Amino acid sequence: MASSNSLMDSLFQRSLEDLIKGLRLGESTFISKSLEEIRREIKLTDLSTKSVALQKLSYLAALHGVDMTWAAFHAVEVVSSSRFAHKRIGYHAIAQSFSDQTPVLLLITNQLRKDLNSSNEYEVSLALECLARIGTDDLARDLTSEVFTLLGSSKALVRKKAIGVVLRVFDKYPDAVKVCFKRLVENLESSDPQLLSAVVGVFCELTAKDPRSYLPLAPEFYKILVDSRNNWVLIKVLKIFAKLASIEPRLAKKVADPVCEHMRKQNVGKSLLFECIRTVFSSLSDQEVALKLAVVKIREFLMDDDPNLKYLGLHALSIVAPKHLWAVLENKEAVVKAMSDEDPNVKREALHLLMAMVNEDNVTEISRILMNYALKSDPLFCNEIIGSILVACSRDSYEIIVDFDWYLSLLGEMARVPHCQRGKEIEHQLIDIGTRVKDARLELVRVSRALLIDPALLGNQYLHPILSAAAWASGEYVEFSKAPYEIAEALLQPRTCLLPHSIRAIYIHSAFKVLVFSLGVYYSAQEPTSSSLVQESTSSGSSAVNGFTYDSISSLVSMIELGLCSLSGTIDVEVQERAKNILGFIGIIKHEIAEKATSQDSETEVHRAIAFMEDVFSEELGPVSSTAQEKVPLPEGLELNENLEGLQEICREVLEPMAESDYSSDKVSFSVAKLRIRDQEEASSSLPPPLESSSLLAEHRKRHGLYYLSSQKSDDHKDRDGNDDNTSNEYPPANEISVDSFKSKKKLSKPRPVVVKLDEGDEPKTKPDASSSNDEPLSRAIQTALMGKGKGKEKERVKENHEINLDTENIEQSSRREKKKKKNGERSSKRSSRRQKDKEASVTKPVEVPDLLL
Amino acid sequence: MYVYSRRRRRKIERSERGRKMGIRFILMVNKQGQTRLAQYYEWLTLEERRALEGEIVRKCLARNDQQCSFVEHRNYKIVYRRYASLFFMVGVDDDENELAILEFIHLLVETMDKHFGNVCELDIMFHLEKAHFMLEEMVMNGCIVETSKANILSPIQLMDKAH
Repeated sequence: MASSNSLMDSLFQRSLEDLIKGLRLGESTFISKSLEEIRREIKLTDLSTKSVALQKLSYLAALHGVDMTWAAFHAVEVVSSSRFAHKRIGYHAIAQSFSDQTPVLLLITNQLRKDLNSSNEYEVSLALECLARIGTDDLARDLTSEVFTLLGSSKALVRKKAIGVVLRVFDKYPDAVKVCFKRLVENLESSDPQLLSAVVGVFCELTAKDPRSYLPLAPEFYKILVDSRNNWVLIKVLKIFAKLASIEPRLAKKVADPVCEHMRKQNVGKSLLFECIRTVFSSLSDQEVALKLAVVKIREFLMDDDPNLKYLGLHALSIVAPKHLWAVLENKEAVVKAMSDEDPNVKREALHLLMAMVNEDNVTEISRILMNYALKSDPLFCNEIIGSILVACSRDSYEIIVDFDWYLSLLGEMARVPHCQRGKEIEHQLIDIGTRVKDARLELVRVSRALLIDPALLGNQYLHPILSAAAWASGEYVEFSKAPYEIAEALLQPRTCLLPHSIRAIYIHSAFKVLVFSLGVYYSAQEPTSSSLVQESTSSGSSAVNGFTYDSISSLVSMIELGLCSLSGTIDVEVQERAKNILGFIGIIKHEIAEKATSQDSETEVHRAIAFMEDVFSEELGPVSSTAQEKVPLPEGLELNENLEGLQEICREVLEPMAESDYSSDKVSFSVAKLRIRDQEEASSSLPPPLESSSLLAEHRKRHGLYYLSSQKSDDHKDRDGNDDNTSNEYPPANEISVDSFKSKKKLSKPRPVVVKLDEGDEPKTKPDASSSNDEPLSRAIQTALMGKGKGKEKERVKENHEINLDTENIEQSSRREKKKKKNGERSSKRSSRRQKDKEASVTKPVEVPDLLL
Repeated sequence: MYVYSRRRRRKIERSERGRKMGIRFILMVNKQGQTRLAQYYEWLTLEERRALEGEIVRKCLARNDQQCSFVEHRNYKIVYRRYASLFFMVGVDDDENELAILEFIHLLVETMDKHFGNVCELDIMFHLEKAHFMLEEMVMNGCIVETSKANILSPIQLMDKAH
């Protein structure tokens, strides 16, 4: 029964063509039905049925995303067929579906070996292609000798593919270099263009990974660069030289001539011309003649109507921009024109170039142009423009910004661009400028006010971060504000309910700062003339200087009270707590403000409360280096671990939040009246509503944690005025603030304000270099192989080469060293150690490139 | 256990390193966004392939004729060209010469033209294995190894004769 079934299956098997026709009908269950068939067919013993099933499966896997890993074993079965057509299907399936983890991988080693040794060149090439795709460490190791043999094959088809497979074999099994490298190099001198293009391609990839190892082959490459007429080959050779020349400057000089020659040719292909230009820009940019020629040629690209050439022209310019900005400046018009191109990719390249051109003289102009484009562009590109302005302007602590008033108003303008989604960055810069640039604070407050009082902005969630910064700045620098009442009103306007709670909390807190400031100004103005305050008319006259009258203060207080009443019931605890804090504070002072008229005593409670709150907010926040924390030594009494361990015993469930709150309140020990540090028991118990002042302080600290140091000490904030009295000396300065030198700028009407800079922490931390590729087994192997070759050649040149003495010394030294080690294969180890020696030497002197440079 | 994981890590590192190669994949996609041929020169899982194809096709098909043929996507650069209803997309390394890849695409189309005679989408659908065969002759390990039409086609012609 079963056998008749299988016979039916093979007789009426759907061919691949049937399958494709079926697929075209678009039946939804067709694929699953066919898969069922395939599963059945593929298990049959008949190899042609099996192979057709596998072919169908490969098709479905490639184009319809069907899993075919389950058929791995069947693919191996099909490959073992003696018929070429089956083999081909099998190898294709293997190449398509095998990964390093495929378990049956081990089964194909012998099959591959058999096919590599086959007399049929097409079978050999199938096996080579398969190896190139799936070759693993083990396969590469086991088949190295076959590949070596094939590299010398007389059939071009086979040899070409053997060359192609070498890349994979070297990568997986670096020791193969010892065996195959010589034959590979020999192919560089081949006259057959087929072989040459294959081998150059391989060297191009190898060089890209580790240029230094291939320097000794420079003469061979040079010959190809001069002699070859094949664009493909030339492009690859140019790529090789681009890599080599960047590590060997003498080579750049030598290569520049032939590269120029290629560029000057009338009928040179665009792809080759572009490669020449790119090579010059990336690696030969010190060669003046070549660079000038390349810039001339790139202009042709920029002027061309073909969008491809335009894009590539811009792209190439961005390579040369960091070193030779003049090349970009010469093409300024083309770049600006490209900003209005209809291709977003072209526009993006143009934008990058424009940003590369920005300096302190033209930043205003370029930003203005860009903002115009931003208004016209689609959201994506608009934000890219805004983002790149922000990045360019903030680089190196706003190095290129001279006029901060202008920049702040630009930031304000950005917030009003309809598509703006860069709120986070703008928020950061607003606060950053506020803390760093004292002179810009007035403008900052002005810009912030404009943002805050506009109720329309509250509806855009992307602007919320900006508004939060504006709110913070208005509160923190309220002394620069012309109309504190207006700000407090804006901070508590009804539409603030659209803000997320965290930002709303900042709004409320800023309103608090405004209130405290206003009260402080009001009372300090009254003190000297407190006796005459009884009559309101005079008081309004006397304190109008500070802008506060009894009326305005009381209306401010009642406005804030009114605004916050509704918030004391908010679900969010942060908002609720802050609102309650202020309401509590207002509760303390309110009736006393009213009584004030009659009271003569300046030492009332309200005075103390206000003075205390002013103390809390008086401290200036400065930028803090990201490494500041590390500079502060742990105070002796402070034992963080122990405390926390104690906590752990007390409260297990709510450990984390508790630990934090306790920690922060521990640190808050300002010597201010009324402030009591809760002791541990209290903190760990159910947390009663804390004393308002201490909680406020803790909150402030929590919110601005960035700006605090870990001790009770205030920020050691020096500024230019030498205002460092409070930096008493138990701790080293948290941040060494270097005042940037006043560069004389004659053209400017006003000098650039001081920007507080931190020596470290401002720059992005430079990561340690990725481990140099020299340590990799592959490059070691290749260096060894090349040294062997180089040595043979050097011997021929003994007379001319002065360095040969040095070399022999090296050999002697290393052989001495070698005796201790006692390794097998003395010659090769000698070579390798010499190579080692050379590598050490190469740090100081460049690797020799014999022939070519002499 | 430890040894295994270390070995595996090394394998992963190697495969990362192995990724540095010229051409990483070749796709042929029709106007409707259906993949007609997909050839990868690096190992990706089925899901990765599907996601990658979807993203690239969406990006490229949204562009018009006046826009350039290069699209950056993740860490690839896609060079694409449209012939009639079919898009040819080649994913390459950042280093690769874009114009040369365009020439490569053109060469591929010319070669198929020569073989099928005015090639169309259906030819590729029904003779996918031949298209793969041509690609295998042209590209190995992501390197272009053959650029002569005659050389590319000779094995296929032999095969056709054998049938």
